[in-house]
Amino acid sequence: MANTAATQTTAAPHAAYESGLWSWIATVDHKRIGTLYLFTALFFFLFGGLEAFLMRLQLAQPNGHVVSAELYNQLFTMHGTTMVFLAIMPLSAAFFNYLIPLQIGARDVAFPRLNAFSYWVYLLGAIFITVPIFFELAPNGGWFGYAPLTTIQFSGGLNIDFWVMGLQILGISSLAAAFNFITTIINLRAPGMTLMRMPMFTWMSFIVQFLLILAFPAITVALVFLLFDRFFGTNFYTLAAGADPLLWQHLFWIFGHPEVYILILPAFGLVSEILPTFSKKPLFGYHVMVYSGIMIGFLGFGVWAHHMFAVGMGATADAIFAMATMLIAIPTGVKIFNWIATMWAGEVSFTTPMKFAIGLLALFTIGGISGVMHSSAPADTQQTDTYFVVAHFHYVLFGGSIMGIFGGIYFYFPKMFGRYMSESLGNWHFWLNFIGMNLTFFPMHFSGMLGMPRRIYSYDAGQGWEKFNMASTIGTVLLIIATLIFVINFLKSRKGGSVAPNDAWGAGTLEWSIPSPPPDYNFAQIPTVTSRYPLWDLKHPEMTSDISHASPDAATVADAHAAPMHEETGGKTAAELGIPMPFSTLKPLFAALGLVIMFAGLLFMHTDKFALAMTTTIGGAALLIGSLYAWLTSPLE
Amino acid sequence: MANAHAAESASHAHEHVHEHVHEHVHYTTTGLDHKKIAIWAFIGSECMLFISLISTYLIYKGRSVVGPFPHEAWTSPSGQLFAPILNIPVTSASTFVLLMSSLFMVLALEAVEHKGNPAYANNIRGNSKFWLMATAIAGATFLGFQAYEFTSFVHEGLTIRTNLFGSSFFTLTGFHGAHVTVGVLWILTLFAMDYSRGLTKKDTVLVDICALYWHFVDVVWIAIFTLVYLIK
Repeated sequence: MANTAATQTTAAPHAAYESGLWSWIATVDHKRIGTLYLFTALFFFLFGGLEAFLMRLQLAQPNGHVVSAELYNQLFTMHGTTMVFLAIMPLSAAFFNYLIPLQIGARDVAFPRLNAFSYWVYLLGAIFITVPIFFELAPNGGWFGYAPLTTIQFSGGLNIDFWVMGLQILGISSLAAAFNFITTIINLRAPGMTLMRMPMFTWMSFIVQFLLILAFPAITVALVFLLFDRFFGTNFYTLAAGADPLLWQHLFWIFGHPEVYILILPAFGLVSEILPTFSKKPLFGYHVMVYSGIMIGFLGFGVWAHHMFAVGMGATADAIFAMATMLIAIPTGVKIFNWIATMWAGEVSFTTPMKFAIGLLALFTIGGISGVMHSSAPADTQQTDTYFVVAHFHYVLFGGSIMGIFGGIYFYFPKMFGRYMSESLGNWHFWLNFIGMNLTFFPMHFSGMLGMPRRIYSYDAGQGWEKFNMASTIGTVLLIIATLIFVINFLKSRKGGSVAPNDAWGAGTLEWSIPSPPPDYNFAQIPTVTSRYPLWDLKHPEMTSDISHASPDAATVADAHAAPMHEETGGKTAAELGIPMPFSTLKPLFAALGLVIMFAGLLFMHTDKFALAMTTTIGGAALLIGSLYAWLTSPLE
Repeated sequence: MANAHAAESASHAHEHVHEHVHEHVHYTTTGLDHKKIAIWAFIGSECMLFISLISTYLIYKGRSVVGPFPHEAWTSPSGQLFAPILNIPVTSASTFVLLMSSLFMVLALEAVEHKGNPAYANNIRGNSKFWLMATAIAGATFLGFQAYEFTSFVHEGLTIRTNLFGSSFFTLTGFHGAHVTVGVLWILTLFAMDYSRGLTKKDTVLVDICALYWHFVDVVWIAIFTLVYLIK
């Protein structure tokens, strides 16, 4: 064990920071950072939902007067931006943070302070991009921000500047987190945790991190060009100078399509944990699930131009991208069938997380099928920019990502807070959500087919769109009630739910072997992993009899029994167990603050305050560099 | 050299296993340092960044409405004559300097890896401070060449606002120059550490990740030099 002198120096600061606001601001613990991500992202999920609700109120009837055209533009831009970058991605990040180290048998991520930095950059970036809407200054060019529309010539004012800088900031957060998780998954797996024994959530997260690091640079470059055009007068999107009006679209969708899989694969991973647990069967076709996930990620980089069928790329390009898009349906379909086969002949119990997981299967399949319809270029040219597309991507993002994430929250809540969420409220939440979701988005297929365009702030009566729009608006009311029930359930259950044991649901993976909530060091003793379901190997060997236990390092079930993984720690602290823990620190927060101030300073350039802009930007950069220097020269633990 | 390096990392892996048994810390699945894996992931991401920048330059090649142009002479409507703007002999020299800096970096890494090896003591091969400073000076020289190039282009009438060539050229090479600048500062930091406390064999990974970054920045320059300067 570690020498006592080191133990004492690490123990002292920890004792002081165990609870209260300070302990959260200075934390580098992956579980606390995951919890921070969860709360922040849920807040922005509610905020983005409110933006959508205002739009639905406006569209409930023809010629609505709830919001102005300008505010409507800001609402649809910020609804998309919020849901993609501030809600679903960080909700996934909450699970990455909380679960990856627990699932692979690690005490923390590879770079705990970088992890804190990612969170603070996300939070500050989210505030940066959200606050302008209170001053009607929010971005108004759509979540895709098509240039040349977003160049200074067509979109003066600060609105687009907030969007450009905000996305750059959020991109830095995602990239920093991705480098961290890739390193964590490659390098911090417990003995016996081979790649092909990793829980499916960790696998899908692993793939997502690669998508992040390879896709984000494309939008970074597109945004840099736009920023330079807007601030320094370059010509990247100036058509008069010979620029290509499709440059932005290509760069954006080279990022944007992998982004779709960045949003859905974590939910797929959560569902792949939930279904085996409540079917009491190992996941069907584990290897194929891994390979199909990799295949989806790989093909995801070759289909971006199916977002651009309407721009006239020519028959060859259209045909190639159409076929590549159709190919993606294969690995995705494989996953759906494997999940069904996992439930087949299992002892299925319909708990709330299970309902959400099955809900994902059903709703994502509908969205997937309308996606295959879009892959045909001639069909897509009819559907593009109509509500049919809105229906499609809400079935995959709400019906897929959000259902999976809700399932994940109900499933992992007992692990995170030591108590179950209420099943009866969960039941209400699920059914209202399920009905509300279908009532909101299914009619959009029809209004879209009848030609209703996206992003219009009002429409005339007599085009056959009225009843579909009214139905959608009523659906959003149900969604709001459902979400309120969830919020009440979530907040009440943290203190009032029934107490959960270590293994709250009888699941088979490592995170369920340790106390709920886990101690700050996670594992008193790093476990030895015997198969894909090490906990079932100990408790229900009959359930894992037909999965592989062969291992290059010969970790066997007997080894696991010799070193039981769910060792009772009796509430001992890390110091008592001699486990060195990272120090709490504010340096990542200051670094994040410096980064955001640096970007924010540039905004003053557009208000003709050049000196102020330079002072703020250089001040921010100095704070960033100073914090980084202090961070890198101080010891971790 | 390669064999020595492999043996080195193998012995590191061995050390890590022992550390795990005795004191919990620094156990890693692969036996490699976390930083080593993270820098490769970072370089993968940077590849996509430069691919996007270089692709844009190539897509916009020949699309500028007004001069100056990289490889062709141009007469403006006001009758002003512009020669082809890229100066290949000067840039060849700066490219050579940058490539030499990669060699110095390899030697700096070798020197740090062999700290404590008598064969390297008291001779130039073991002098990590010398090789680190040589690398930094070569990198700074490359930046000097770039500053000269940018200034002379501006004097010849090409700014980042002039045309598509100016926008895409200055952005691409400017991004590369910023990466070189970060690299030079990183190497100087290593030099300062070496100067103040002396780098030891245990610091190999710190030099190693810096070297990987530096070589990557060099490789990107080879792509830029070929695609932007050499191919007409």
